[in-house]
Amino acid sequence: MTDPNTDGVDGDSPPENDGHRFDRLPATAAEREVPGRPTRAEVVQWWEQRYGIPPATWEEHTFWEKGNGKLWAFAADVVSPIPVESLGLRILRTRQEHWKPSTDAVQRFGRAATENVVRLDRTEAERFARGEDQELPRWDGDWGYVIAAHEIADGVEPIGVGLYLHGELRSTVPKGRQEDLS
Amino acid sequence: MQPLERYASIVDEFDAFRAACDRPLPSVVRVNTLKASIARARAALDAYNVEYEATDWHPGILRLEERGPGTSWPYFHGWLHGQEEVSVLPALALDPQPGDVVWDACAAPGSKTTQLADLMDDRGVLLGNDNNLGRLSALRHNAERLGITNLVVTNQDARNFSFKPFGDRTDDENRIEAVDRALVDAPCSCEGTIRKNPDALDQWSMDHVESVVGIQKGILRRAVQATRAGGTVVYSTCTFAPEENEAVLDHALETEDCELREWEPPAGFETDPGITEWDGDEYDPSVELAHRVYPHRNDTGGFFCAKLEVTG
Repeated sequence: MTDPNTDGVDGDSPPENDGHRFDRLPATAAEREVPGRPTRAEVVQWWEQRYGIPPATWEEHTFWEKGNGKLWAFAADVVSPIPVESLGLRILRTRQEHWKPSTDAVQRFGRAATENVVRLDRTEAERFARGEDQELPRWDGDWGYVIAAHEIADGVEPIGVGLYLHGELRSTVPKGRQEDLS
Repeated sequence: MQPLERYASIVDEFDAFRAACDRPLPSVVRVNTLKASIARARAALDAYNVEYEATDWHPGILRLEERGPGTSWPYFHGWLHGQEEVSVLPALALDPQPGDVVWDACAAPGSKTTQLADLMDDRGVLLGNDNNLGRLSALRHNAERLGITNLVVTNQDARNFSFKPFGDRTDDENRIEAVDRALVDAPCSCEGTIRKNPDALDQWSMDHVESVVGIQKGILRRAVQATRAGGTVVYSTCTFAPEENEAVLDHALETEDCELREWEPPAGFETDPGITEWDGDEYDPSVELAHRVYPHRNDTGGFFCAKLEVTG
């Protein structure tokens, strides 16, 4: 079942990412064997720097890569590599210039965010949930991937991931999750 | 509706049973407490004028007045999941604890699996398996929307479920070789879903019942084998046929190290005991501890649920 040869085709080349299984992320760069694979430390730091999500949020979770740069958070630990269909929640797309969080990650963990959270009013939130792009000149925070949120039941709740560029907020809510809530 | 006539001799108030089977089911949602408290989810429904009534046996199981749950903010946030009321029972019977290793043998599309994750407080390891790759995508979609992080999805034939991907017979400290609890919500003839799918019985035949019985027995036996001694296995179906229920339990009791255990459904939920005789066959007397759920008792779908302890 599992290919025991994790060292690549030729003994001299470094191990590569295998898209058919999950591999636990190395804790730090010193432990990295697969080139380009993000480390646990980098992932935790990224969520903190970009959104102010405290590192303690991830204390109980392990991080895994399956597919090129797709990262998953899992609530426990299992053997690595592991050839299964899915493992926990897909949280982040890496191995590209701008890392992109997933809608699911932002909905589950984004409540702890303190930075790059764009608060939408009722009409804006409805537009966002429908997957529509909208002008939002009032935002004076960072460009790039932001957390779109709104107020519901006495609290601010993340809706999903927006891409803010040139005064416009683009909704990245996946097609299968888009909904007309107006 | 001919198949249901088979049960006139075992169902009390058979006319009421038949009448209930003809009524459509209310739309029901379960609050996903991994993302919102029951109070907050209900406050959000109130704020958006979604009418509902909590069931009298669980404050987080809500019967909606009208529209389906898919078009409301609380649903969009993953605070709610559409789940037929009666199908909440097996996860309650299994009673998984945070930190447990739990196997859901026939998991897709995942309403019971995601309820298990909620009961585990999203901690420990929840193995969600299904042999149907197409249905697995529904399981994954539901788990993602609800924000579950303790689920491992596998695509195996549950009858021969292998822990090899989990490091079975290695010395890896993270290996899994057995589980603490297993749920077998078996594929079945689905007679009890007649209120949801009026054509559920169109394809009914004794041949089909007999073919599915073999699968049910195989999965339940594997679940008992895969569970550590002292662990719990819950067997459930959404059908009335004793061949698929008590007879399957009887087979497991005979062939594997396990025993039926008493389990009380929530107060206010009325069930009937398992039957020990059917069509000339006699079953182990302990199958009486299983629960039959008839649609006219609680105004739900039909169901069967039994709790076993692994003894060997």
